[in-house]
Amino acid sequence: MTDLDTLERDLLAQVTAASDEATLDAVRVAALGKKGSVSDLLKTLGSMTPDERKERGPLINGLRDRVQGAVTARKTALAEAALEARLASERVDVTLPLREAPEVRGRIHPITQVIDEITAIFADMGFAVAEGPDIETDELNFTALNFPPGHPAREMHDTFFLAPDHTGKRKVLRTHTSPVQIRTMRSQTPPIRVIIPGRTYRHDSDQTHTPMFHQVEGLVIDTAANIANLKWVLEEFCKAFFEVDGVTMRFRPSFFPFTEPSAEVDIQCSRKGGEIRFGEGTDWLEILGCGMVHPNVLRNCGLDPDAVQGFAFGVGLDRIAMLKYGMPDLRPFFEADVRWLDHYGFRPLDVPSLIGGLTG
Amino acid sequence: MKFTLSWLKDHLDTEASLDTIAETLTRIGLEVEGVEDKAAALKPYVVARILTAEQHPNADRLRVCTVETGAGEPVQVVCGAPNARAGLVTVFAPPGTYVPGKAITLSVGTIRGVESRGMLCSGAELGLGEDHDGILELPPEAPVGQGYALYAGLDDPVIEINLTPNRPDCTSVHGIARDLAATGIGTLKHEALPGVRGEGPCPVEIELSFAPEDRPLCPLFGLRLVRGVKNGPSPAWMQARLRAIGLRPINALVDITNYVTFDRGRPLHVFDAAKVSGNLTVRRAQEGESLLALDGRTYTLTDDTVVIADQAGVESIAGIMGGQASGCDETTTDVLIESALWDPANIAQSGRRLGIITDARYRFERGVDPAFTLPGLDLATRLVTELCGGTPTQATIAGEPLESERIIDFPWTEVRRLAGIELPRIEIKLILETLGFHISGTGDRVKVLTPSWRPDVEGKADLVEEVIRIAGLDRVEPKPLPRLAGIGRPLLTVMQKRTRIAKRALASRGLMEAVTWSFVPHADAELFGGGGADLVLANPIASELSDMRPSLVPGLLRAAQRNADRGYPDAALFEVGQCFATDQPEGQSIRAAAVRRGSATLTGAGRHWDGSTKSVDVFDAKADALALLGALGVPTGGLQVTAGGPSWLHPGRSGTLRFGPKSEIGWFGEVHPRTLQALDLKGSLVAFEIVLDALPLPKHKPTKAKPALALSEFQPLSRDFAFLVGRDVPAGDIVKAAQGAERKLVTGVEVFDLYEGTGVPEGSKSVAVAVRLQPVERTLTDAEIEAVSAKIVAEVSRRTGATLRA
Repeated sequence: MTDLDTLERDLLAQVTAASDEATLDAVRVAALGKKGSVSDLLKTLGSMTPDERKERGPLINGLRDRVQGAVTARKTALAEAALEARLASERVDVTLPLREAPEVRGRIHPITQVIDEITAIFADMGFAVAEGPDIETDELNFTALNFPPGHPAREMHDTFFLAPDHTGKRKVLRTHTSPVQIRTMRSQTPPIRVIIPGRTYRHDSDQTHTPMFHQVEGLVIDTAANIANLKWVLEEFCKAFFEVDGVTMRFRPSFFPFTEPSAEVDIQCSRKGGEIRFGEGTDWLEILGCGMVHPNVLRNCGLDPDAVQGFAFGVGLDRIAMLKYGMPDLRPFFEADVRWLDHYGFRPLDVPSLIGGLTG
Repeated sequence: MKFTLSWLKDHLDTEASLDTIAETLTRIGLEVEGVEDKAAALKPYVVARILTAEQHPNADRLRVCTVETGAGEPVQVVCGAPNARAGLVTVFAPPGTYVPGKAITLSVGTIRGVESRGMLCSGAELGLGEDHDGILELPPEAPVGQGYALYAGLDDPVIEINLTPNRPDCTSVHGIARDLAATGIGTLKHEALPGVRGEGPCPVEIELSFAPEDRPLCPLFGLRLVRGVKNGPSPAWMQARLRAIGLRPINALVDITNYVTFDRGRPLHVFDAAKVSGNLTVRRAQEGESLLALDGRTYTLTDDTVVIADQAGVESIAGIMGGQASGCDETTTDVLIESALWDPANIAQSGRRLGIITDARYRFERGVDPAFTLPGLDLATRLVTELCGGTPTQATIAGEPLESERIIDFPWTEVRRLAGIELPRIEIKLILETLGFHISGTGDRVKVLTPSWRPDVEGKADLVEEVIRIAGLDRVEPKPLPRLAGIGRPLLTVMQKRTRIAKRALASRGLMEAVTWSFVPHADAELFGGGGADLVLANPIASELSDMRPSLVPGLLRAAQRNADRGYPDAALFEVGQCFATDQPEGQSIRAAAVRRGSATLTGAGRHWDGSTKSVDVFDAKADALALLGALGVPTGGLQVTAGGPSWLHPGRSGTLRFGPKSEIGWFGEVHPRTLQALDLKGSLVAFEIVLDALPLPKHKPTKAKPALALSEFQPLSRDFAFLVGRDVPAGDIVKAAQGAERKLVTGVEVFDLYEGTGVPEGSKSVAVAVRLQPVERTLTDAEIEAVSAKIVAEVSRRTGATLRA
């Protein structure tokens, strides 16, 4: 055995024995550093004869390469082992429950959701959204809508009044969204297509009535809109809103002071196990009122009833929300009970649209 | 409006079934509310006689009866009624019968060991009122075996329609028959109504005592005396009809007025002539006059109300209710019959003010047929003489009949124009004429004369309604509303979009959307900056719903507390909705507000293993407010946050958001302890509110291009500074000063540490900020960095009095 063999065996043993990076580095420096044992051997090559160098050179260089390789391999192994040890110590319990994200916890009230649905449907038919104040004048809530003062038709609305002002006039809380029809017709030039969602108030409180509720009203004014168009709009709306392929509707003549002719609309449905389904069944459910805008109303807005014409319709928003989503009672809509909101409310990013569908 | 089928058939010649009639009524706008067919419900019940009644062997209170039912052998029935006795004629129900009063179906049973094959019935068991005296007792001659409904005159189905207020003509059976006749299911019976030939003049004179402008209060008044009447009960057929529609028969004279009211929509009044002193005056009541009316109540009158008075004073409230003093009873021998016309608006107003609802008021305020005033008087007179005998005088008539007919210029095309359906002229003509309209002229436009009983028909559109409701709305084929050309343009306004985004943004922060009442208790309104007299409801539904809300917050706070009371202490609620500063449209604003209670922070509520549990504080509310502004895209460059807020917030833990000294847009903070106390709230509560209408609108720009993006090639660097400042110096001022020190280089300032305590002098605090510098032209030299740092320190020091912490 030559001294080179001995040295190699000795060095490789030291590399293998090094249990951490510092020890390994010390071995490397002792062998391969400037004054290392292998480096010293390499330095001797310069003083050798060419023949000696030819014989010893490969041997010493081979020794260096093998030691170098062993050091590198050992270094990698030590790093791996250190990482494994670290990973072993970094274990956490990923089954620990997190709290629900705010996007998951938050809720949109069914009224908002239904208004957004209705807006999407009517926007497709070119309807804008019009709004007006909740506190109205008697003129806009009644008189301009062809409810003459003292007329019994006013008693169809149980009205909230504010205190009389210094002239003795008292404002009302709007009993329907219809005053916005007047505001719209007085401020815009036909053609007009608007829907009017909003809060309405009647002095009524029992199982099925609340003093505050919501309506959405529709108004179309142009030179040709008639009952045939009205029927089409309402049928399309009902199909789209209730997300069914077909609905059967029944138009019953009725009376509203601000429309002539007037009708109430029933929709055919079935009631199975407390669930209402449209497009089937034999029951009728009243869902909205409608009619051609009364000539007196057009005149009250400065429009000529022989030149323009149109129709209007009104739906109880809370009511159709209940019909579609199955809430049995109206009162909890306004109680802000987090259990009810959590159950009947909608996720924040479930924005109804026609391209994506009203509901998921 | 209620009527019976046989009553209808007095006026309508028809073969149509009850179902067809009901369906037709609804189809033409006389919506059927209900049909009560007692004959069908009571079909199994028959008149029966008890042959024997023996004591039950095993029960003291029961009797074992044999009952003759008119069909086959007598049957054995066990009966517990005290009046079950041999010979009694009563009502029997065989096994299989449904008993409405008990909601059971009978079967053959064994009662205490004795078989019972049916039941003897009380009125209550039949659903006919409440009698407590046991089973029904019929007269001995009642025909055994006959259906009880037929025997008792209950076999006439009662139809109730939900009459819309525009149809006074259909407050009468005759008017309903006319409408039905127009559909072709029958023909209207035109009964001749001959006039009454009275003997001699009516001795009571009428004076219509009105100022000229008040003449419309009573345009026409007819009166007739009938002498020598005998006022007993009205005949059974009349009583049965009145009972069927829910009226109580009183005596023949009164029943006649009620009958004509429903038969013809013509309310009448009868005075006992012996109790009337002198002539009658029709006039406005004098303030403070009173009348003991037929309902037994005394009404104090004002001069808005029209009355009929004699020498003794007020005898009747015109068109609404008569007085007790001159009312007719069994002793009446001479009767004055009144048929008059009243002003609808005045009757409505008086009736409302007095709180009297009568069948007369119901008709007069809708408008009775003026042309039937005197024929109605004659009809009533004939009924009185037929049923009560007596001799009528001639009528006294004061005033003039109203001209109520209108002539409407009607182009046939109006039906197509409004209804979108082409109907043959002949059909339109037939419908209108059957309803009583007269058509004159030829060609494309005709004149239509409205009948006197249709005050609701004013113009062309009303005629179209008449035609289309009778022809059938179902015949109108739906036609698409033409689409607007091109791709739809945006339809929502900025405010509408902001409202929608606000809701979704707040919900995304884990808040639940509440919809609370627009009204709040008066005290809450005052506490939250409202409570003005112009926003107080005159007739609140409840005392705690009295004022239009000035803010969304009180409603949300109370909602949070209600949830806490139910065991859900960590409510996080928001609302976006209207608030009211005045009763004018401009006084209404849309606001967004949220309330967090307990530990309901953004990350979640309740205790959590990561130790992040904390009570909500002012910064949770501030974070919600700023997140909302960010989501709405409101440019926040000029936004200022100043300490303090409205009085309902904790003065030291609240802030106001504003774009300038006068442009407040909202506020946030912890709720003031006094607010908590006033509203009886407990726990940690924070809130924010932003007035969406107060937010600046986006600027309209000619293009949608965004400004060019200038990216620096040089590394940004950050320098930390710890400043010592007075406790009360807002950190925001330090940040602002640092930002303003070198605008070209400073791109961000973060506060990363706050410290008070050991090492910091009393009354001071240490605020550490990291300032980010972004070189633009070249890498900064050490000297330049030093210069900028010195500038920042100088500027912060100048603006806040801060010193650099050693």
